[in-house]
Amino acid sequence: MSSLAVPQAEPRAGSTPGTAQDRRPPLRRRIALVPTVTLLLGALYCLLPVAWVVIAATKSGRELFSTFTFLPGTGFADNVRDLTAYRDGVYWQWMANSALYAGLGALLSTCVSAVSGYALATYRFRGRETIFNVLLAGVLMPPVILAVPQYLLLAQADLTDSYLSVLLPQILFPYGVYLARIYAAAAVPADVVEAGRMDGASEWRIFTRIALPMMIPGMVTVFLFQFVAIWNNFLLPYIMLSDDEKFPITLGLFTLLEQGANTPALYTLVITGAFLAVLPLVALFLVIQRFWSLDLLSGAVKS
Amino acid sequence: MKSTARRQSYGVKGAPYAHPSPTTTLERARSAPYFFLLPATLLFALFFALPIGYALWLSFRKVKVSGLGLGSGARREVWAGLENYTDALSDSELLHGALRVLGYGCIVVPVMLGLALLFALMLDSEKVRLAPVTRLAIFLPYAIPGVVAALLWGFLYLPDVSPFSYVLDQLGMPQPDLLDGGPLYLALSNIAVWGGTGFNMIVIYTSLRAIPAEVYEAAKLDGATPTQIALRIKIPMVAPSLVLTCFFSIIATLQMFNEPTTLKPLTNSVSTTWSPLMKVYRDAFGEGDIHGAAAQAVIIAFATLLLSFGFLRAVNRRQKQEAAR
Repeated sequence: MSSLAVPQAEPRAGSTPGTAQDRRPPLRRRIALVPTVTLLLGALYCLLPVAWVVIAATKSGRELFSTFTFLPGTGFADNVRDLTAYRDGVYWQWMANSALYAGLGALLSTCVSAVSGYALATYRFRGRETIFNVLLAGVLMPPVILAVPQYLLLAQADLTDSYLSVLLPQILFPYGVYLARIYAAAAVPADVVEAGRMDGASEWRIFTRIALPMMIPGMVTVFLFQFVAIWNNFLLPYIMLSDDEKFPITLGLFTLLEQGANTPALYTLVITGAFLAVLPLVALFLVIQRFWSLDLLSGAVKS
Repeated sequence: MKSTARRQSYGVKGAPYAHPSPTTTLERARSAPYFFLLPATLLFALFFALPIGYALWLSFRKVKVSGLGLGSGARREVWAGLENYTDALSDSELLHGALRVLGYGCIVVPVMLGLALLFALMLDSEKVRLAPVTRLAIFLPYAIPGVVAALLWGFLYLPDVSPFSYVLDQLGMPQPDLLDGGPLYLALSNIAVWGGTGFNMIVIYTSLRAIPAEVYEAAKLDGATPTQIALRIKIPMVAPSLVLTCFFSIIATLQMFNEPTTLKPLTNSVSTTWSPLMKVYRDAFGEGDIHGAAAQAVIIAFATLLLSFGFLRAVNRRQKQEAAR
């Protein structure tokens, strides 16, 4: 399992002094165009489908097939009204379901990761590395070998086609435990824990009152990762659910597409639905990318 | 730094003035980690270990139908030995699915990681403009669910609404059908590359940022060009994160399910058994053959682990060889 460990890294020690670069010949300066242009092309490629869906969502069914792709249409309000009217607003039910699955699921998952990561980082006990490695092996388990038997087992407990059937299997997030352990080891000083013990605080109290607040920044990252992972999950709800009132947005849009594929009249509904489904996640993403300590990704922890 | 932190935290002996008696503190500290790990262990047992065990058990069983298959005792579960496995391994549908996914993986993994590395190096180069904005834009697809990504690209591939077809049409050129035959692989690969490049770019970029600046100073004094620095210093130094991203990309590729399933309504050339995972799903829920599906799932999981760890071993061996040189 050591193969999974990534190198510990420090933030870049010091940047190059600017004076040396300023004396560069003009030829070199022109070369800096290459990175900029490459990145711009990459950004263009990544934004293209998003730009398309934003514009396509404004088109009425007729405009979608007749006007140029990137010409805005006039039917956005109508499209949203049609989507809302579709099967008595089941679309918004899907959105609410996704928010519930991802929000509650990620919250529970972060709690489990935090408490496990803290225990693995702070205590020395028999079986510590074994427990850690076994939990981490969960990352490598292909979802398919899990999802089908999970369905069959939950069916025996009469839990399939319920909110719990989508929530429960996603609470344990092995990568989150891994990140929480790294973060706790770096952010919770041992003498602080020891001081708490001397004051007679219980181990649980030390964790909740002293260690947990110190771990918050790292735990925000774990929460966001798991939120995105659950929001984007398709296979598990696809297998578990049959009642479309409980569908998350990914599964809902898929069924909408399945019905709409043969009737181009439903295309605008699917496109508007896709646009509105992307909106909250992109908004969340733009807001949080400031707080999101991506350095944690590759195992680097800033102190 | 990590190891010292752990050692100190355990050192109850070093706290002579503790108010509660040292032994009770020690006792508590001994049982506390197990208590803290209880939820994770329980969840692991219920939703990881048990399902895996159950899948293995199912894969060695089969349903025996006696008589006409009517009545309550007519269908019995019996031991099947390796029968399900031999069936699965000689199943041409599964083999073709595996070959399709391998072909797809041979496009996706190199292109995605190549682009991720290229963008990461460009972000890290000196005097680059607009880096924060472009970085954010390239990372943005990570926030978009795979199903929605496949849906968006699916529409962009459809001749009726596609801007590419529009442009080709205006130029009087023929419009290729992107959702059929060979182009279908490219169409599917493109969706995965689009969705995954940004995340991998960030991982590689983060480890590029971690290289201390002094490392470049000597090379610069020797007159090395930025390209030489990138090829000779930066790429070798981020090799561990390239290995890591490659490892996870291989696992993700072999699990391919969402993209072809989403494109299926838009085209006839994606069958219900296009990828091995889709076949497992169809056999388990479409055909009701859970035993066969379980055996296939076990084989896919095994192949995934074999390929990904085989990759890691190959990398380790090469590193050792290079170190020996």
